[in-house]
Amino acid sequence: MSHLSEIPPFGAVMIAIFLVIGSTLALIGNLGLVRLRTFYERLHAPTLGTSWGTAATVLASMLTFSFLNGRLLVHELAIGIFIMITTPVAFLLLGRAARRRDPGSGAIMSPDGAPTDDTGAGEESRPEDEPQVTPKAR
Amino acid sequence: MSETVLLWALGYAEIALGLACLLAGWRLLRGPRAHDRVLGMDTLYSNIMLLTLVVGMRSGSSFFFEVAVLIAILGFAATSALAKFLLRGEVIE
Repeated sequence: MSHLSEIPPFGAVMIAIFLVIGSTLALIGNLGLVRLRTFYERLHAPTLGTSWGTAATVLASMLTFSFLNGRLLVHELAIGIFIMITTPVAFLLLGRAARRRDPGSGAIMSPDGAPTDDTGAGEESRPEDEPQVTPKAR
Repeated sequence: MSETVLLWALGYAEIALGLACLLAGWRLLRGPRAHDRVLGMDTLYSNIMLLTLVVGMRSGSSFFFEVAVLIAILGFAATSALAKFLLRGEVIE
């Protein structure tokens, strides 16, 4: 008999459902991180685990500690909100870095991995201070 | 009854998140270029954060929550610093 048996059965079923949803979504996201072919496809896969994977696990943890303490505890919302805000920022920076480091900078990769003719001229393609450097670290 | 359900769900979540950590580590080691490795590292950080939450639920102690907050903050700092380095060649200009 551990502390887990103090949780009522309907709460236990809710926590179990949230745990299974969250961890399965994280696993699917990581499978996509390994299986997908180009970097720009791979950039989308882990967001499955960081959006609803994190949200479901955080909800399960919140429910567990609320049932164990007998009152509503919402600490874990801090993690959920922090992850929801920071993951898009980090992946936006990573996507920009990848686009800058592509051979023929500014090129957008086609789905089969070959660079296309699309120059992708946005505000961050400045040919005057980036004279087609080959990326140093591969 | 509720203990049985919760122990099975916690075991499943730990196994699934452990497998997810292995897959992210594979991408971290084998990624063809540097930004693939950084992406694998960021995913590994978020998986370990989720695993810490699940272990905290199993042990019933609230200290694991603080560990998870620290891991999340360090993961964001590391990923944004590495992405800035890959983007510009230096972190602080």
